[in-house]
Amino acid sequence: MTTMVSDFEASMRKREPREEDLIQGQTGDWEVILGLEVHAQVTSKAKLFSGSSTKFGAEQNSQVSFVDAAMPGMLPVINRFCVEQAIRTGLGLKAKINLRSVFDRKNYFYPDLPQGYQISQYKHPIVGEGEIVLDMKDDRTVIVGVERLHLEQDAGKSLHDQHPAMSFVDLNRSGVALMEIVSKPDMRSADEAKAYVNKLRTILRYLGTCDGNMEEGSLRADVNVSVRKVGAPLGTRCEIKNVNSIRFIGLAIEHEARRQIEILEEGGKIDQETRLFDPKTGETRSMRSKEEAHDYRYFPDPDLLPLEFTQDWVDEIAASLPELPDDKKARLISEYGLTPYDATVLIGEGARADYFEAVAKGRDAKLAANWVTGELFGALNREGHSIEETPVTSKQLGELIDLISDGTISGRIAKQVFDSMYKTGHDPAKIVEEEGLQQVTDFGEIEAAIDAVIAANPDKVEQTKVKPQLAGWFVGQVMKSTSGKANPRVVNEILARKLGLSSDG
Amino acid sequence: MSDLTKLTLAAARDALKKKEITSSELTGAYLKEMADAGALNAYVTTTADKAQEMAKISDAKLQKGEGGALEGIPLGIKDLFCTKDVPTSAGSHILEGFVPPYESTVTANLWRDGAVMLGKLNNDEFAMGSSNETSFYGPVVNPWRRKGSDARLVPGGSSGGSSAAVAAKLCLGATATDTGGSIRQPAAFTGTVGLKPTYGRCSRWGIVAFASSLDQAGPIARDVRDAAILLGSMAGHDEKDTTSVDRPVPDYEAALGQGIKGLSVGIPKEYRVEGMPKEIDDLWTRGIEWLKAAGATVKEVSLPHTKYALPTYYIVAPAECSSNLARYDGVRYGLRVEGRDITDMYEKTRAEGFGAEVRRRVLMGTYVLSAGYYDAYYLKAQKVRTLIARDFAEAYSEVDVLLTPTAPSAAFAIGEKSNDPLSMYLNDVFTVTVNLAGLPGISVPAGLSAEGLPLGLQLIGRTFDEETLLRAAYAIEQAAGFTAEPEVWWRA
Repeated sequence: MTTMVSDFEASMRKREPREEDLIQGQTGDWEVILGLEVHAQVTSKAKLFSGSSTKFGAEQNSQVSFVDAAMPGMLPVINRFCVEQAIRTGLGLKAKINLRSVFDRKNYFYPDLPQGYQISQYKHPIVGEGEIVLDMKDDRTVIVGVERLHLEQDAGKSLHDQHPAMSFVDLNRSGVALMEIVSKPDMRSADEAKAYVNKLRTILRYLGTCDGNMEEGSLRADVNVSVRKVGAPLGTRCEIKNVNSIRFIGLAIEHEARRQIEILEEGGKIDQETRLFDPKTGETRSMRSKEEAHDYRYFPDPDLLPLEFTQDWVDEIAASLPELPDDKKARLISEYGLTPYDATVLIGEGARADYFEAVAKGRDAKLAANWVTGELFGALNREGHSIEETPVTSKQLGELIDLISDGTISGRIAKQVFDSMYKTGHDPAKIVEEEGLQQVTDFGEIEAAIDAVIAANPDKVEQTKVKPQLAGWFVGQVMKSTSGKANPRVVNEILARKLGLSSDG
Repeated sequence: MSDLTKLTLAAARDALKKKEITSSELTGAYLKEMADAGALNAYVTTTADKAQEMAKISDAKLQKGEGGALEGIPLGIKDLFCTKDVPTSAGSHILEGFVPPYESTVTANLWRDGAVMLGKLNNDEFAMGSSNETSFYGPVVNPWRRKGSDARLVPGGSSGGSSAAVAAKLCLGATATDTGGSIRQPAAFTGTVGLKPTYGRCSRWGIVAFASSLDQAGPIARDVRDAAILLGSMAGHDEKDTTSVDRPVPDYEAALGQGIKGLSVGIPKEYRVEGMPKEIDDLWTRGIEWLKAAGATVKEVSLPHTKYALPTYYIVAPAECSSNLARYDGVRYGLRVEGRDITDMYEKTRAEGFGAEVRRRVLMGTYVLSAGYYDAYYLKAQKVRTLIARDFAEAYSEVDVLLTPTAPSAAFAIGEKSNDPLSMYLNDVFTVTVNLAGLPGISVPAGLSAEGLPLGLQLIGRTFDEETLLRAAYAIEQAAGFTAEPEVWWRA
């Protein structure tokens, strides 16, 4: 919903265009300017202005109070917890919290909008300017300004597919609290827009203020797209409504940018309009033009007093905030010596970072990071498991790393043990024990194996004396004959002695 | 008319407590009066069975020496208050068939205190009107007639059913609502007492909204004491209305006896409007003398922004109503006129469901909120509203209460002004300021016009100082000694 009240151009962050972000057209390079309006459903038991439940998936029209159905004489009463959640989110976005804000009515007719108006915040939102740091793939960070965050009611749901001639309305969602989070037009590529939604979602999940579930509609984005020649003034923008997955956001932007460039290069002009993205065709199409745009006739809702609260309350909420993703990332880097990339991967979900920290505690952090981001996340992705569903607990993975560190098993065997842990959920020690995977460090046993290989390959022995690099072949043979269990350090030592090589060669 | 209905609410209450009468008898007497008063068209719904049932329960309590402040008292309820399982129309076709599954807070408070519901009272459609002629259920007829004339007069509006029913003794008291004068002007037109409390004193929950920032419920009663008693039950904080105020409800009746010695009364000079009938002006002067005689000091005060009040009101109220009435779309309850698509259904439903006055105000309200007009109209009106409130605040640094006429004329004939909205709107000239500033105001019958029609004086008090207001009103009432009653012509 277009509520960008500050002057668009003036609010933009100055950015030098990057070669990689530009789109090549027939007439030259184009820069894409992107701003996002994200609607995030507030995590709360009750609706914004009524006590009805907000549970997803309930029977149609089973969570509708008289207020939600806009019965005559019904009045909204603000849900304090939703306000707290908005403040918490504002703090998480390092934004200005407005101690006084105003609820307005946005007037329009639609069957799933029972009051004939949506209670929203127009001129005086609860949260002002803030920012979000995007972690890009190339370890680059981009700072995107947040223009504002305001609270508003969700509408109900119109069902057009239940009857050949009639539409039905489900009001369960009517009145559920939403936070509309409006970015500044600071993004320059589909990847940045995707990273923005991703990061915003991560922050909301850390804060526990929105579950970020895009399939259930808890998080939806309106994308404002315009294009311009590098250095030129801003172009006319189009708003793509209600895009409901991060992948679609990328596709919608790419299609829309190319559509606009094509029109401009053919000498046409862009009409300011609202468009819809069709995931089936991968295209955007016009929904309504500027001329058809509603006059929402915003005015302060006379049923509600201005929303006022104290700085003390804000401070209290601030004190209860969890560690935020950016802080966690910085700490993982400084405390565990992780690379920015590993740290970024880990902070994507709070539970992943927690898992890592549990594994890394008192152990080699780099080894822990490799096992968590490599083996564990790899397996989770492969199996479609979330971190919460992991069959391998952080304690078990830690024990596995301990077995490697104390020489009980080799790294190679450890991978085999891990696979078994993932399948069975058993402790690594038990698996190693039962499957006899302990590393062989018994000199006698290894020496016997080496002697056998040397005896069987006298020619190789001769060659190795000339070309010491061939010693690796002997190591491989020994490992093979011991099913990989021989301690490679011991194998190297004995081999060097037997072949008359220096052991550190 | 039976003797039982001659008792005031206070007298009936005392007689009930003393078991001299029963609520069933009293309720029966009123139901009979109501049945015979069809010509007044005051009630749109009679709830005889419910009334008798409630009276019986009250009698059982009274018999045991129990019961609330209004135990067994039969009341009429303006049809703007949602009443559980009893049709509620707001005087509009668009709410046809609507039966609320909930009870408004104000009426629930009355039932909590033992009152008995006689039925629902007619009103201007969605409380928009000053004559009760905009009701879908037809005009209410004023029990009063001009001397030597049988012309049917309006009872005022929008609470015309309430004022007519109280004046004709068809109930012991009535609930009403006041957005721009809808309690006080009908009271003045019918020789009754109408009290509009401070905004926030009574809960608006369950009252069909007209203009949310102005609407306030209050009583229309036979005398000041009855109004005080009724307000005591109606008022109170309600968590379901965040604009209702959490402060204790005083014993309003107890305030009456305190006298007004030393009270400072202001006379706003801007209310001496051009073309005001002499008899209204004379009445006002008499009121000043009465208050002086009772020990008050009187001084002229200035409310300089008064002349902007009416235009301000007719921007703010329609703006809010245009939005408040958007919910009547034919989708969930009330009237639905089918159309070929959803827009057609909306248009047909609202065109047929709303009367001309309501449509006019929705259009005006939509206009003043539209892009490009908002600043010039709505925003400016809000600024003027602040100035009007400031005028009053300054006046109250000098005086305790203000005295003005309630309306610029006595009751007029049905049809006389219905084609002239501007002249109709002028009826509110002395009352709208009070709503815009959120203050309490009361109309007290103070005399008769040359044509034998009742005239009212208005007192305006400080925010939440209904006690002082009632004390001053009681002094006027005592001095005026208004005992005239309409001749009973309507009985079937």
